[in-house]
Amino acid sequence: MADVTVGVVVFPGSNCDHDTEYAVGSFPGIKPVMLWHNDHDLQGAKAIILPGGFSYGDYLRAGSIARFSPIMQEVIDFARKGFPVLGICNGFQVLLESGLLEGALSRNRDKKFLCCQTTLKAVNCSTIFTNRYQQDEVLSIPIAHGEGNYFAPPEVINALQEHDQIVFQYCDATGRVTDEANPNGSLQNIAGIVNRQGNVLGLMPHPERASEMRLGSLDGRKLFESLFSHIAGV
Amino acid sequence: MSYTAKIKVTLRQSILDVQGKAVEHALKNLGYKTVESARIGKYIEVTINEKELLQAERICNEICQKLLSNPVMENYSFELEQVN
Repeated sequence: MADVTVGVVVFPGSNCDHDTEYAVGSFPGIKPVMLWHNDHDLQGAKAIILPGGFSYGDYLRAGSIARFSPIMQEVIDFARKGFPVLGICNGFQVLLESGLLEGALSRNRDKKFLCCQTTLKAVNCSTIFTNRYQQDEVLSIPIAHGEGNYFAPPEVINALQEHDQIVFQYCDATGRVTDEANPNGSLQNIAGIVNRQGNVLGLMPHPERASEMRLGSLDGRKLFESLFSHIAGV
Repeated sequence: MSYTAKIKVTLRQSILDVQGKAVEHALKNLGYKTVESARIGKYIEVTINEKELLQAERICNEICQKLLSNPVMENYSFELEQVN
C-alpha cells in the first residue's frame, strides 16, 4: 500500500518543521511532505501540520501574517471540508489568527519566554488527535513559547467547556489542574483546544519533542498515533 | 492624492499587559512616585492612495479589523491626514 502523505507547512521563520518532519516520518506508512508558504498545492496530504517557530518573525502578532500566506488559504479550505489540521505552538497561533479556532494567545503572564518540560492532562480523549490516550492521562511534554497565555471572552470559554473542546490542560504531576501548575497564565489552564467539528486541534506544547525516549518522553507520540490511525488506519 | 493613516493598536483593558507592567515597575524604581501605570501598544502609519476621505476611512477600518489588530484582545483607533 502506498504511504499516506502528511503535509508540514514551512513558513519563513518556522523552526520546528524538521523536528515535526522527523517525528512524522518515524511512523511506518506515513510520508511527510514539506509545503512552502508561497505554494497552493497540498500535494495530496491527508492531514496538515502547522509547526512551531516564529513565522514571519512574529511581526505584528504571532501568526498574524502567516495566516494570509497562499498555503494557508488552501489549509483553511481543507479544514473547512473536515480534514485534519494540527497546529503546534506557533501553528496554534496561526490557527487562532485564521479563525479556525477561537480565542487568542497573549504574552506569558510572568513576561518570560518559557522553555521547559510541562505536565498536561488529556481531558478529551474522544478526538481523532487523542483517542490513543487514556481519559485524564497525565503527560510530560515540553513547551517553548513567549506568547502562550490563552485568552477568550467568557462566552467562548463556556462554549469550549460545553462542547468538550478543551483537550489539554496544564496540571501538576498528580493531574490536579491548579494555578501553580499553569506556566503561562492561560484561562482554565488551557494548553490545547479543538474546534467544534473535531478536525482542527491547536496546542502550545510540542508533541514532536516528546516522541522518542532519547528526548525523555514518548507522551507526544500517541497524539501522532491517534491522528495517523485516523487517516491511514495504521 | 493620498492619506496617511496614523493607527494605534492597544491591548484591551481586561488583558494583562506584561510589557506595560515591566515599564511601570522600571519607572517606579527610577523614583517617579506619581506614575500609576503604563500600557504599551503599537503605532502604525499606513499611506493610502485614495481621493475620497470616506473611502480611505473604509479601507483603514478594514485593514485594522483584518490584519493590524486582533479583535479578541486589542482595540484600534486612527486619524487620517491628507498628503499630496
